[in-house]
Amino acid sequence: MKVGALTRVEGEGGLYVEVRDGVVHDVQLRIFEPPRFFEGFLRGRSYTEPPDITARICGICPVAYQMSACRAIEAACGVEVNGPLRDLRRLLYAGEWIESHVLHIVMLHAPDFLGHENAISLAAADKPAVERGLALKKAGNDLLELVGGRAVHPVNVKVGGFYRVPTVRELRAFRPRMEAARDLAVELVRWVSGFEFPDATHDYHAVALRHPYEYAVLDGRVGSNHGLDVPDGAFGAEFTEDHIAHSTALHAHLVDGDHYLVGPLARWWLNHDLIGGVAAQIADEVGLERPVRNPFRSIIVRAVEVVAACDEALAIIDAYAEPDAPAIVVEPRAGTGAACTEAPRGLLYHRYTIDEAGIITDATIVPPTSQNQPTIEHDLWHLVEDTLVDGQFVLDHETLTHRCEQAVRNHDPCISCATHFLELVVDEQ
Amino acid sequence: MTASTPRPRLAVWKFSSCDGCQLTLLDCEDDLLAIADEIEIAYFLEAGAADVEGPYDLSLVEGSITTPGDVERIQQVREASRALVTIGACATAGGIQALRNFADVQEYLAIVYAQPQFIETLDTSTAISDHVPVDFELRGCPIDKGQLLEVIDAYLRRRKPAIPAHSVCIECKLRGNVCVMVAHGTPCLGPVTHAGCGALCPSYHRGCYGCFGPMETPDTRALAGALTGCGMDEADVLRAFRSFNGWSEPFRAESRRHEVPVVLSARPNGSPRPTDRGDAP
Repeated sequence: MKVGALTRVEGEGGLYVEVRDGVVHDVQLRIFEPPRFFEGFLRGRSYTEPPDITARICGICPVAYQMSACRAIEAACGVEVNGPLRDLRRLLYAGEWIESHVLHIVMLHAPDFLGHENAISLAAADKPAVERGLALKKAGNDLLELVGGRAVHPVNVKVGGFYRVPTVRELRAFRPRMEAARDLAVELVRWVSGFEFPDATHDYHAVALRHPYEYAVLDGRVGSNHGLDVPDGAFGAEFTEDHIAHSTALHAHLVDGDHYLVGPLARWWLNHDLIGGVAAQIADEVGLERPVRNPFRSIIVRAVEVVAACDEALAIIDAYAEPDAPAIVVEPRAGTGAACTEAPRGLLYHRYTIDEAGIITDATIVPPTSQNQPTIEHDLWHLVEDTLVDGQFVLDHETLTHRCEQAVRNHDPCISCATHFLELVVDEQ
Repeated sequence: MTASTPRPRLAVWKFSSCDGCQLTLLDCEDDLLAIADEIEIAYFLEAGAADVEGPYDLSLVEGSITTPGDVERIQQVREASRALVTIGACATAGGIQALRNFADVQEYLAIVYAQPQFIETLDTSTAISDHVPVDFELRGCPIDKGQLLEVIDAYLRRRKPAIPAHSVCIECKLRGNVCVMVAHGTPCLGPVTHAGCGALCPSYHRGCYGCFGPMETPDTRALAGALTGCGMDEADVLRAFRSFNGWSEPFRAESRRHEVPVVLSARPNGSPRPTDRGDAP
C-alpha cells in the first residue's frame, strides 16, 4: 500500500482512550493532516525534480527528502555518488541533524521536563539555556546555507550531486563555527541529562540503517535488533502500511505484523558501537546506557547525536578536497530505484519508477513518523495503563494530558508542535 | 511604547503546508528574543504558544486551503485578526499541492490511500486571498528571513513593507552575477519571477525555478520562447511554469499554453473516449 501525507496535526490532535472496568481497552492517536498528494502529482514529473519537490514535504527536514530522493533516482538510473560529493552530502545532512534536533530538544521537548508551557516561558526563566539553543540551531542553519545555499529547501542539491561545490577555503573558514557549536552541544548533553525522567521501559523493535564503519545517516543496509539485514533499496518488501479511519497518517508494520521504532533511539540501539569522537566521550561522561529503553531519555540520545553531527562535520571539513565536477552525469533509463536515509526523526524511504525518457510513472514515500505511529500509540497505552491503579487514575486529567503530550514528543514526530493542545478524551465504561 | 502599553499580539497559523515558512520566523535566531520583547507571541504552535485567545493584532498565515475545515477556519482567523499577512507560496498561490487543481483529485486519492472514503479533502488547493481579504502577501518558498522581519517591523511602525516586486534579474545584476541564460544557455525563470531570494539559484550556477512566484507584469510568453531556445521541449516548459507557484494566474495561463492536446480514440462500440495525455502531467 502506498503512503500518504506527513503526520503533522493540522487543527486538532486528539488522543482517544477507552477504559472498561478499570482496564485500557483502546488508544487512538487521532491525526488529521490535510493530504497534499505528493505521490500523486509526482507522476508525470521529470526524474530531475524530486529533490526540489519532495523537499517541500517538510520545512524542518528538507535535506532528508532531497537525499533519499537523489539516491533512489540514482539507483533507478544505475549510478552511485561517492567520494567528495558523498562527503558533501553527509556534511549537508549534518547541518540538518543539528538544526532539527536542537529545535526539538530546546524549543519543544525541554519545556516539558522543566515545567514550562513553551520555549518562550522557558526563556523567561532560563534565558542562557534558550540562547545557547538558538546559537546551536543557527550553526546548523549556517552549515546548511554554506553547502546547500539555503537552510529551508536548499537550492544547491541535484540528482548526481550539486550545482556548485564549496572551495576548501570556504569550508576551512567555517571550521571555528563548528568547533564552537560542538562545545555548545556538549553543554546541551550535560543539561538534558540532568532532567528528571519518568520511569518507562520498552523493548522496542528498533529499525535503522547500519553502515560498516559510520554512524549511518546517508546510506547503509537496513537492520534491526531482531536480525533484519537487507539492502536499503529492498526495505519496501519488509513492511506494510494500513490506512485506518482515525488517522490520515498511515500506520506501518513489519511484514510479521510487529510495530517498530525508527529514529534516534533505534539508531543508538543498533549503532552505538560506531559512535566515536567527542560524542562517545560525552555519552560515557553522562552515563548514557546502551541501548536506551526509556523513551523519555531519547532527549539525551538526540543531544548526543548533535555532538556526533559536529564531529562528523569537522572530520569532513578537515579531509575535504574539491571534486573535479560538482555532480556526476545521470542519464535516465527505464526502471525502478529505492533508497533509505536517516532523517533526524528516523528512516525515510523513497522509491521511484521512471520511463526511458526519465518521466516518473510511480512514486512511494514513507516518512519516519508514519512508521512510528503504532509504536507511539503503544507507548501511550502503557503510560495510561500505568496511571490506572485499582481502576482509578492516579494523575489528574491535566497532568495526564501533559504527560501524554510529553510521551508523544519523545519520538519527535512532525506533530510535536501541535500536540501542545492534545485533547485527551477518556471514555469510561 | 511605555511599560503600561500592551504589546501587539501576534498569531501564527498553519493550513496545508510544510511548516518551512513558520520555521523561518524561528530561524531568526539573533532576533527572536528581541521580537518576543516587542510583540506578544500569543498563538504559535511550532513555538508552543496556544493559550491566548483572540483578537490578534497581526496574524501570519502559512499554508493553503484544501479541506472544508480550512474554509471555515480561515474565516474565523480573519475575523479574529486586525491585520492578516499571508506568508509563503502555499498561502499566496496554493503551493506545490495546487498541482491537484490541474488533475483529478479522485485519481490522486486512489493512488495514495487505500480507503479514500476516510479522507475529507477539496478538489483544489487555493490561496488564502481566494477566501478572505488579505492585508499583505509575502512571497517565497520559503519566504526570506530578512523580508519577514521587514514585514513585522513595518507593521509595528505603521508603514508599508519595503518589498520590491521587480524581477530576480535586478537582484542578479545587483549581485554582479553573469546571466546564466545568456552566458550558458541555462533555462532560468528569473525574468518573470518576483524578487526576494537575492538571486540565490543563479549564484549557485542554476536557473531560477520560481519560488517567489510571478513578478508584477511578467512577460511569460517571451520567456517561454527563450526557454525553448535553451533546448526545453513543450513538456519541460509546462513543468517549469507548473510548480510551486503554478496556480498563480500568469504562470497558470502560460503552462496551459503548452499542454499537449488530448487525443480521442474510438471505443469498439464507436463512442470516443480520451486516452492518457502525452507527457503532460
